[in-house]
Amino acid sequence: MQIDCPFCGARDIREFTYLGHETYIHRPADEAWSDAWNDYLHNRENPAGMTRDLWFHGSGCGAWLVVTRNTVTHEITGVELAREASRHAG
Amino acid sequence: MRYSGLAVLAQGLTGNRGWRPAWRDPAPKDAYDIVIIGGGGHGLATAFYLAKEHGLRNIAVLEKGYLGGGNIGRNTTIVRANYGLPGNSEFYSHSLKLWEGLEAELNYNVMHSQRGIINLFHSDGQRDAYARRGNAMINQGDDAILLDRAGVRKLLPYLDYEQTRFPIYGGLYHPRGGTARHDAVAWGFARGADMRGVDLIQNCEVTGIDIEGGRVTGVQTSRGAIRAKKVGIVVAGRSSQVAAMAGMRLPIESHILQAFVTEGLKPVIDHVVTYGMGHFYISQSDKGGLVFGGDLDFYASYAARGNLPMAEHVMEAGLTLMPMIGKARILRSWGGIMDMSPDGSPIIDRTHIEGLYLNCGWCYGGFKAVPASGHTFAHLIATDRPHEAAARYRLDRFATGRGLMDEEAKGSQHNLH
Repeated sequence: MQIDCPFCGARDIREFTYLGHETYIHRPADEAWSDAWNDYLHNRENPAGMTRDLWFHGSGCGAWLVVTRNTVTHEITGVELAREASRHAG
Repeated sequence: MRYSGLAVLAQGLTGNRGWRPAWRDPAPKDAYDIVIIGGGGHGLATAFYLAKEHGLRNIAVLEKGYLGGGNIGRNTTIVRANYGLPGNSEFYSHSLKLWEGLEAELNYNVMHSQRGIINLFHSDGQRDAYARRGNAMINQGDDAILLDRAGVRKLLPYLDYEQTRFPIYGGLYHPRGGTARHDAVAWGFARGADMRGVDLIQNCEVTGIDIEGGRVTGVQTSRGAIRAKKVGIVVAGRSSQVAAMAGMRLPIESHILQAFVTEGLKPVIDHVVTYGMGHFYISQSDKGGLVFGGDLDFYASYAARGNLPMAEHVMEAGLTLMPMIGKARILRSWGGIMDMSPDGSPIIDRTHIEGLYLNCGWCYGGFKAVPASGHTFAHLIATDRPHEAAARYRLDRFATGRGLMDEEAKGSQHNLH
């Protein structure tokens, strides 16, 4: 697998660390009820097919990326900066 | 028919014409008392113990592919009870005891081989950790022996004892640990369940779970609707998809775990050996292949195959530990879909839907758990009360934070285990 980093270009997967589903950038409000926090921390769609997840380019530019990816075929169809994905999501 | 040495001899003398299929291939009925979704090791074991321990007969196991075609057919076959955490400790101890009587109970040769497991350690700190683990195992009533370097050398003379980076300080020896023939475990449970009247229905994919007024009433399948009073979900890596049919979101993320096997060699590795400083563990199958594996690739995947960086890491770690295997050629590699839970421990529990039960979260350790998972899940389904050996495997522990089962002390969030 290679991930096409917006700053560095296509790089081997060894350079990246996986965090998990992009759920992590949609953090509940501090005052939210425990259900929302449980959902955020633990529960997942866990799709067999297209997913969007967070990768860290630790051995490269240090950017956090949202990668659009197929969990069945390992095909990667999109890479964007996490901060932009977060901004789009509001 | 009952299998025995005498039967093999008699059949051999009469042209082997008397062997019969080990189980029937029934069409699904309209209704069952209990439907188990998933015909893997855990599902088949559940059906077997429901029939044997609880005298229930009107049971179907629904399998979308063929029996034992999932993780039970693609693992590294290790059986052990070397956990330290209350909850895990008694569960895996229970499982090992069931393993030890399994062949007689099933009248089936699962080739359970208690060849012993040696977990190597490479520093003073790691020795302390393994000493503590060994004490926990002994307190549970299982066996553990702390070996020093000379003790390990006597058992495993072929390791590289001269390496300076990660010298071998010793090992924790678990003599009752070992391996079993993975497919045979599925087949043995399948035959035992079938003999007791359980319908094993293959090529039958569940496409929906029927719920009325908060109670499960049956399932929709690729072979028609089936009514059921109770439904058990035990589908490992596909747990999230099946639970979604009941409107549930699970604390599960499916990951890839790779394993490898070499060409067949003469007997060379007599035990199961794990490396303490790299992701590598190995045993030799009865066919002669060296069977070894490492850690997760560490990203969500249903591909049932991994990528090369972890393959490379596993090979490197293996050669660091035992250079003698360097000339063995790799025959195959494969990947299993691991239902990873946030704290690394499984879930065997009721759900908020009446009559719907859940068994998942086996992470990368489901094989050794097969008998106890089936045994305790059957108890839960039959009696609506958790079996004492699995009482801590609660689904709500993540929501409440009470009773988390973090064996590795890494935390309770995805991608830590």
